[in-house]
Amino acid sequence: MNLQSNDFELFGLPVHFEQDRVAIDARWKALQRQAHPDKFVAQGAAAQRVAMQWSVRINEAYQRLKQPLYRASYICELHGVPIQAGTNTAMPTAFLIQQMAWREALDEARTPQAVQEIAVIVHTSGHELLSKIKHAIDTEKNFITAAQQVRSLMFIERFASEIDARIDQFAP
Amino acid sequence: MALLQISEPGQTPDPHRRRIAVGIDLGTTHSLVASVRNGISECLPDSEGRVILPSVVRYLDAERRQIGFDALAAQVEDPHNTISSVKRLMGRGVDDIGNRAQLPYRLNDKPGMVTLKTVAGEKSPVEVSAEILATLRFRAEDTFNEDIYGAVITVPAYFDDAQRQATKDAAQLAGLNVLRLINEPTAAAIAYGLDNGSEGIFAIYDLGGGTFDISILRLAQGVFEVVATGGDSALGGDDYDRALVDWVLAKTGLAADTLNPSDKAALLRAARAHKEALSSAVSVPFSVRLTKANINFEMRTEHFETAAAHLTQRTLTVVRKALRDAKLDKTAIQGVVLVGGSTRIPQVRKAVASFFGREPLTNLNPDEVVALGAAISAHQLAGNHSGNDLLLLDVIPLSLGIETMGGLVERIVPRNQTIPTAMAQDFTTYQDGQTALALHVVQGERDLVADCRSLARFELRGIPPMVAGAARIRVTFTVDADGLLSVEAKEQVSGVEARIDVKPSYGLSDDDIARMLKDSFSTAQQDMKARALAEAQLDADRMILATHSALAADADLLSANQRAQIDSLMAGLSDARDHNDAAAIEAVTQALAKETEAFAAERMNRGIQKALAGKNIESI
Repeated sequence: MNLQSNDFELFGLPVHFEQDRVAIDARWKALQRQAHPDKFVAQGAAAQRVAMQWSVRINEAYQRLKQPLYRASYICELHGVPIQAGTNTAMPTAFLIQQMAWREALDEARTPQAVQEIAVIVHTSGHELLSKIKHAIDTEKNFITAAQQVRSLMFIERFASEIDARIDQFAP
Repeated sequence: MALLQISEPGQTPDPHRRRIAVGIDLGTTHSLVASVRNGISECLPDSEGRVILPSVVRYLDAERRQIGFDALAAQVEDPHNTISSVKRLMGRGVDDIGNRAQLPYRLNDKPGMVTLKTVAGEKSPVEVSAEILATLRFRAEDTFNEDIYGAVITVPAYFDDAQRQATKDAAQLAGLNVLRLINEPTAAAIAYGLDNGSEGIFAIYDLGGGTFDISILRLAQGVFEVVATGGDSALGGDDYDRALVDWVLAKTGLAADTLNPSDKAALLRAARAHKEALSSAVSVPFSVRLTKANINFEMRTEHFETAAAHLTQRTLTVVRKALRDAKLDKTAIQGVVLVGGSTRIPQVRKAVASFFGREPLTNLNPDEVVALGAAISAHQLAGNHSGNDLLLLDVIPLSLGIETMGGLVERIVPRNQTIPTAMAQDFTTYQDGQTALALHVVQGERDLVADCRSLARFELRGIPPMVAGAARIRVTFTVDADGLLSVEAKEQVSGVEARIDVKPSYGLSDDDIARMLKDSFSTAQQDMKARALAEAQLDADRMILATHSALAADADLLSANQRAQIDSLMAGLSDARDHNDAAAIEAVTQALAKETEAFAAERMNRGIQKALAGKNIESI
């Protein structure tokens, strides 16, 4: 194991989409207990620097492993199918039409309840997509399909955060 | 393994000797120092038995100053030279400071941070804070009759990079070795968590003299994981005082601009006293003598509550936002801890209790709890063994980003990210043949650069000329465990690099600090020379001890040549140590530190890999 090990190796986990979040959290804390710079405060600048590198690396892996979307996208990359969210924006037409409908609904929503209703729909749709991703990765091992679904989920999550921002405006 | 005999009997650095480490709560209204003694964290009293030091500094003339209670007493008589609540000015420009008109000081707008005009000349808020920190440092040294190895200084969780850097500068200026900056709510959680053996999700509501913080923490087996944090670094008890002053002025029909500085100070002082009295009474007579008028009336709790309701509401808005960031419902909170003197205000207690639907915990003194937690952390960071193995996993309170085209912010590190962290983003050039890229680092949640805090500007130069969009410039933000940022930019094709530790716009340069140290304000009465020698010897002892134990464990990592170099420097250092020349000792200590740097890095890699591998095998 070294700083170049992949996230799953670092956390001692199999490269699966399905993961036990409680176990990931526990492993994160166990690893930080060994590597956190606080453990090396009295040992000089060089030791601090190395500890910092490890601690940063462990946090980076944790951020990716604990969030299903990042985890899926990382697994696709490990299997040679990068997500390329910035450049690959070709989405299925049906998906785009649904996105536009949601956006219109959000623009027209005037009450917290109306926004909340959209939030529920978007949330459910995100969940469905996650179980499709799980199937594509863990069962079919079809990373090209999975990558396409990950891109769709990225759209949905971005929209979900816009919804949160709207809810923030209502609740001071 | 045979070790070099480097010490005379009786001079051997004792590896079991406890290092004195302290926790310091540098507060807006008052400050405290605490330390772990005989396994118990306690606040250290001054010679008169008081643990609280009012955070007030009065400059009497170029040489003399009063700090604490004496200064506090002089506030009305000498408002220009008596600086209180200086924490609100840390890392702040003149435009950042609300209620400027009500402050009795003569502020000077300086790039980055304001300064204060006093009888002792122009003083930076960092220097004023350093006076307070130095006073606490001397108190600790007197208590233990020994030098302090290091200190943990607490800062509001919501402090931005500039405010954190200013605090660290102040501690350095006060001659303190800063082990860590930790967030006040986290420190309070440590004191509470360890005291009560609590596990679960806790909300720490910290309303101090000048700042408000809310932190949501998950506590489990000594791990203090901050899930989300929020706050307002300009909302605290001072604002309750001012709200009361405004209410009194409105009631009496006096205009604020007819008041002279003494009147302002007298009104503020009266407001604070009556606010405090109303924590335990429903009605108190309000009376204050001003230059042109006297104010007398009966003040009731309802008056104060009307005057301050909007402030209490503001704190609850921040609490709601933090809960949303944590993706938690308020019913998930298993305990609410109140921290900070302003949580004594009955209205605040009631509001928090009704919001969370549970009585908050208040069994530790809200004034002391932050310092007590900081001391526990300091004790452990200094390498003293304690039964409880703490791990703090804190977050960055405000997002960090850089300016892009059109004055927009591109976020690189989102708020509530666990630290330490490093995050990178790729940028490119927008003109053909462009050879330099200007980077503007900002902090805040808004989309426009103009609405965020500017932290630093720097340039990446020497990019080879390419067509627009061909260069690939990776900008990496690294936030250390103190929450302090450094930024690095590297063009990936050519390998051209630029790097900056973010301090220029708001922090002090190393030169500034050196100059201030030379001015030697707080150590004027100390015997500087003896002190420097003692410190150099202490450093040398530490270095020798650390190198010995490193060699004992991992000497196999060194070549014979490297080993010989280190041995010779060790012998040189133990020789220099016993001659009374601080500069010479420092030079050899530095040389040994430099020589062993690569060795230390190798050892760390080996140690951590071993530990991580062990963990994995264990838990499969």
